[in-house]
Amino acid sequence: MSMNRRDFLKAAAVGGGAILASQAVSAGASMPRELPPEAVGILYDATLCIGCKSCMVNCKIQNSVPGGALYLPDRKGLPYDFSSPDNIWDDARDLSSKTVNIIKVCKNGTGEHKDETENGFSLVKQHCMHCISPACVSVCPVSALRKDPKNGVVYYVEDRCIGCRYCMLACPFRIPRYEYESASPRVRKCQLCRHRYDEGKYSACCEYCPTGASIFGKVTDLRKEAAKRLTLKPGEEYSFPVQTVGSKEKSRRLVSKYINHLYGMKEAGGTQYLLLAGVPFEMLGFDKNISEQVLPDLTWAYISKIPAVIATVLIGGAATWAVTRGRNKDKEE
Amino acid sequence: MKKVEHSMEEETICGFSRRDFLKFCSTMAVGMGLPLGTGAKIAEAVTTQKRPPVLWLSAQECTGCTETLLRTNHPTLDKLILELISLEYHETLLVGAGKQAEQWREKSMKEYKGKYILVVDGSIPVKDNGIYCKIAGKTALSLLGEMAQDAAAVIAIGSCASWGGIPSADPNPTGASPAHEVLKSKGIKTPVVNIPGCPPNPYNFLSTVLYFLTFKKLPELDDQARPKFAYGRIIHENCERRPHFDAGRFAIQFGDDGHRKGYCLYKLGCKGPETFNNCPIQLFNDVGSGAWPVGTGHPCFGCSEKGVGFTLPLHSPARPKYITPPSLFTEVFPHKEGVSSGTKALAAGVSGAAIGAAAAALVSGLGKKDGDSGNKEE
Repeated sequence: MSMNRRDFLKAAAVGGGAILASQAVSAGASMPRELPPEAVGILYDATLCIGCKSCMVNCKIQNSVPGGALYLPDRKGLPYDFSSPDNIWDDARDLSSKTVNIIKVCKNGTGEHKDETENGFSLVKQHCMHCISPACVSVCPVSALRKDPKNGVVYYVEDRCIGCRYCMLACPFRIPRYEYESASPRVRKCQLCRHRYDEGKYSACCEYCPTGASIFGKVTDLRKEAAKRLTLKPGEEYSFPVQTVGSKEKSRRLVSKYINHLYGMKEAGGTQYLLLAGVPFEMLGFDKNISEQVLPDLTWAYISKIPAVIATVLIGGAATWAVTRGRNKDKEE
Repeated sequence: MKKVEHSMEEETICGFSRRDFLKFCSTMAVGMGLPLGTGAKIAEAVTTQKRPPVLWLSAQECTGCTETLLRTNHPTLDKLILELISLEYHETLLVGAGKQAEQWREKSMKEYKGKYILVVDGSIPVKDNGIYCKIAGKTALSLLGEMAQDAAAVIAIGSCASWGGIPSADPNPTGASPAHEVLKSKGIKTPVVNIPGCPPNPYNFLSTVLYFLTFKKLPELDDQARPKFAYGRIIHENCERRPHFDAGRFAIQFGDDGHRKGYCLYKLGCKGPETFNNCPIQLFNDVGSGAWPVGTGHPCFGCSEKGVGFTLPLHSPARPKYITPPSLFTEVFPHKEGVSSGTKALAAGVSGAAIGAAAAALVSGLGKKDGDSGNKEE
């Protein structure tokens, strides 16, 4: 090597600094704390859900096309989750690399009454919450998970992913799933059907929901709609919009009793997927320990130093190599 | 329409009362998923034209397809063949016989060249130049070629004519082939409609014939040339037992509790999930529900589907065409087998005792071993 030790160290320091600077800029830019102005999301009202699973059917159909969250170029047909031995149902037991949207049920006691805590049950729709300040995005070392600065959708860039699965550990809602069965695995999660917006379409699950349990729209509108529903009295009649928050199609029906809580308003710093239910959200499988803190704040002190650590290791390693190489040469002589 | 109105004034049309006749036309229109007003159009087509000539060629068949046609109630067969269509040639229903019949066939073919509808039932044997099926000294193979050449359209009725059916089952000793394949190999371009089924629903056939007469074109067909109004969906999708499938309630054996309760017959080998047909909505014989295989408690056999009926074992499970989620739900917190605290305490006690006993046995066993070895040494 023609470079002398001094020059080498200098070059290494400059290079490391450059890495540090670039990382800091990209990471800093991708960590918003406020709702993007055009943020879109879904409002799920468990009291309206009838558990027909139409949303799960359309989710798989619409996301198995190029750009979709479940697309695989070589896959024939839809990504079915066969959990029973007969292979006759697409019976996902949980979110998986083939199922990014699932309807679950929680039961208490005898489980007879819908949307009641005592001896009741409630349905719940589980998929990515699209956090305003997503932990998965903040921990991804290669920016494979990103938050769209305009509509706020948290999406995945397959070509970037190195498969470290930090996102899966970081997500407080345990949403991202890994293609363990694949030789070149990807991370799979709901992308709010962002590949359909250009066609003027919206999330597949809301499109197929027959009761208006899932409605798509701008988060600000969804929040207003949810706040309105929380002021309604049980037994009143209300026209629930179907498919989208501003839809002309309404489903007029009696209002059930809500728990006075809009989930996703403040949890984990706020999310773009909002939920209303008749039972406490702990019952619906949401972790009690999820605080209102912006989660990336917890780790940002460390995460932000990663580029510096990488640079230090590079520089230190290179320096050690340079020094020991010189010594080895001395020995050989 | 004027002509129709004129003819409507008469007491009877084609031997029907006016009321019955319009009812029939509307039923046909509804059966094909057409708007109600189409009934009037059908009425016009049927009343103002000369009765459309139909020639019926039977090859390797069991006459089941004719039998199914005999069992129509709106219209009944006599009304159909005497007043609605002009059935020029049909081996089972012909009045004449022998040379007389064959002469009539040739005469009609000449007279209605390019206008008649050719109905084929039964598969066509092609092996050894088709010598395995002959009518009046001619092979079915040559007859089909001859008759299809001058036909306006060919309707292949039944699974045999549509895709081979029973005669084509392995090892297919006669080289039984469906009508459309024979025509293709002969280079005849007459359009073919397949109405598979063993036997097919007569109304699927009648609807197709009437559609053709009314609109002068064939109804919308799928990739296997089956009319979409009848074969657009799998049986599973419209099945009366579908909720049992979604809920995971199955009959496991004929006559078991689930079978008596009318549970899903999938596990008895029902081929509904891979068979395209409208049996569950059209039903058979106009006697209401219960008059189709699944309604009687027997799994669908897949008679109308190529590669299913007469091909797969009767009770082998079907390979569903469209897979959907069941109506069972995952629990948010997976429910574990309930164990009461008393049982737990008991289990702990028992396991504790077992451990104790094992330890005691081990210790004593060790002691014994020592003793044994000691004995041996002695």
